[in-house]
Amino acid sequence: MGIDYIYPQFEVIRNDGRCTNCRICEKQCANGVHVYDSVKKRMVCDESKCVNCQRCVCFCPAHALKIAKNDCTFRENANWDEDTIKELYKQAGSGGVLLSSMGNPKRFPVYWDRILINASQVTNPSIDPLREPMETRVFLGKKPSAIQRDEQGKLKCELPPQIELSMPVMFSAMSYGSVSYNAHACLAKAAQELGICYNTGEGGLHEDFYVYGENTIVQVASGRFGVYKDYLEAGAAIEIKMGQGAKPGIGGHLPGAKITGDVSRTRMVPEGTDAISPAPHHDIYSIEDLGQLVYSLKEATNHRKPIIVKVAAVHNIAAIASGIARSGADIIAIDGFRGGTGAAPTRIRDNVGIPIELALAAVDQRLRDEGIRNNVSLIVGGSIRSSADVIKAVALGADACYIGTAALLALGCHLCRSCQTGKCNWGIATQDPELVKRLDVHVGSQRLINLMTAWRHEIKEMMGGMGVNSIEALKGNRLMLRGIGMTDRELAILGISHAGE
Amino acid sequence: MLCIDASHMDYQQLNAEIKSSSGDISITGCFGQRFIGAGLEHRHIDISGTPGNALGAYLNGACIEVQGNAQDAVGDTMNAGRIIVHGSIGDAAGYAMRGGELFVEGDAGYRAGIHMKAYGDKIPVMVIGGKAGSFLGEYQAGGVIIVLGLSESSRPIVSNFPCTGMHGGKLFLRSDCKNILLPKQVTGHSATVDDLTEISGYVQAYCELFGGSYEELLHSPFTVITPDNQNPYKQMYVLN
Repeated sequence: MGIDYIYPQFEVIRNDGRCTNCRICEKQCANGVHVYDSVKKRMVCDESKCVNCQRCVCFCPAHALKIAKNDCTFRENANWDEDTIKELYKQAGSGGVLLSSMGNPKRFPVYWDRILINASQVTNPSIDPLREPMETRVFLGKKPSAIQRDEQGKLKCELPPQIELSMPVMFSAMSYGSVSYNAHACLAKAAQELGICYNTGEGGLHEDFYVYGENTIVQVASGRFGVYKDYLEAGAAIEIKMGQGAKPGIGGHLPGAKITGDVSRTRMVPEGTDAISPAPHHDIYSIEDLGQLVYSLKEATNHRKPIIVKVAAVHNIAAIASGIARSGADIIAIDGFRGGTGAAPTRIRDNVGIPIELALAAVDQRLRDEGIRNNVSLIVGGSIRSSADVIKAVALGADACYIGTAALLALGCHLCRSCQTGKCNWGIATQDPELVKRLDVHVGSQRLINLMTAWRHEIKEMMGGMGVNSIEALKGNRLMLRGIGMTDRELAILGISHAGE
Repeated sequence: MLCIDASHMDYQQLNAEIKSSSGDISITGCFGQRFIGAGLEHRHIDISGTPGNALGAYLNGACIEVQGNAQDAVGDTMNAGRIIVHGSIGDAAGYAMRGGELFVEGDAGYRAGIHMKAYGDKIPVMVIGGKAGSFLGEYQAGGVIIVLGLSESSRPIVSNFPCTGMHGGKLFLRSDCKNILLPKQVTGHSATVDDLTEISGYVQAYCELFGGSYEELLHSPFTVITPDNQNPYKQMYVLN
């Protein structure tokens, strides 16, 4: 109250003519917005608790509800906008570091939307994917730089370990703890069905999910939660997490309140104790140290698993990637500054890191210039929203993409950006058993399969349009891209021409 | 027992030989080969010479005994088993170790026991006979670290900044710790009889391995350091 009072952000608009007082909205809202007033015999609501997750709207059988942005505003000010003022009040009232979730919501340029894809006309005819085979399979891992033959002149076909994917998209790292058991089950099941991989994040691997091992990437982060021999052996690959796009340069902490039962067992930490991932790995201070962790993991798994090193896209990303490519890692994953998170300090999420499009182009070019592009595969994440983003990423040089937010949207996430409260009404970012069971594993995994199947069709259509019948042939083919409305500098970094050129 | 002369082997050859054999192993002529015993279970490996970095990483039940010094990252992310070093060790020993025991006769370098944790019946233990370098037990989340300070050098039992970010477990220093500066979120107090009973088994094991009288050691003043709470970040944030 008083100076710290912030008028509710959203307005719950109920059409009393339609509302039947069935109280479904009340049951669906874990935030306690809707309450039945037995005296007045009608539903009332406390809008201050609303996060606009749309759960009540979707489940109101009479379509009597809508959520609108509240029009109660501060006096207009282009410098001190509403969010800035509210954030200041929150901090002045509490002394706390602002904590947010999901990706950077600020109005930074989205370069994907300024890149256009080519298509064949007249010469080099386009290919119809409905009548001709189109290859979307990719293999991630080190590739030999030359053909080698044995004494009899036969090809040496032994390759370093690879991950095989049916299409160049994977589900990115989300730990059990930040998302629910059912969310993990959906991702694992869909990944297996699709022939792609999901990623455990740094929360360990639940015993029930070892069966999805071939479609699992297990993560080793600075806290080393749940990391032991069986875990390392379980997956198709091991990912060392050095950084994350939503919060480059800082660690993570899952509060003790969320470390209960299964989450504690899976992370192998006691219940109620904060699970702290320190900002750096305290045994990594150089590329050589990183190499040591890479090779210790290879030794522990008999050189059978490709090792991924995941970093956030930051200013000197090209030089960093060059170092990683020389460390012995098989794959580099780069996470752009729009990547999602279950919780990150607002200021870091909104101000640290760079767009994945620029990072990817810079890294691919640097590795080519140095003749080490074949040492590693590149995975990019940090807001890949559609099949067109995937095509553009591949043409800029990516071997595959990670999707996190897009996968969660398929599971029902409405981007209310309140994961950090642990009261996700869609059963995704919560450990409350009553909420978790709202996410049906069969339905959720099917929706992920649907999404990926649709993207794969679209990828084939766009490839066909360009006259390309294998996604590998599109990789790094920047002639297929043109920029629109960009400066020369931006175009130079992306390595593409302007539309019309 | 299989005897391996490692003097002309690189680490991959040596580790492949260890993995392809079963039963106990004696390695001679060890000269900096890394990752020895990574992830190994149920065996005994005796090493003479100096093993390289990440000795016993992800160790899962095996026992490794080094007749000499060891280098950096001994027992990295160790889950179970025992590592005994008849000498001193380098930096970052026992990083994130969750279980098992690490006994070092001499000194430990910087950053020993960072993010050591405990889980269920797994309580990792690190006993350093000599002195420890800076940043000992940072982010310690569980387990027991004991430093006995038995080496001759004049430096303090632990160098700068021990226990930063500690939020679980216990750290024992055989010293009154008057000259040791501890961070705000931990408390150091003189060890009680109960505290010493808790570690007497580990100190006894140390003396059995390296000599000395554990009764005598336990009669000296010990300081126990514990965190003030398990949730150091609880009050730090405001939801936005």
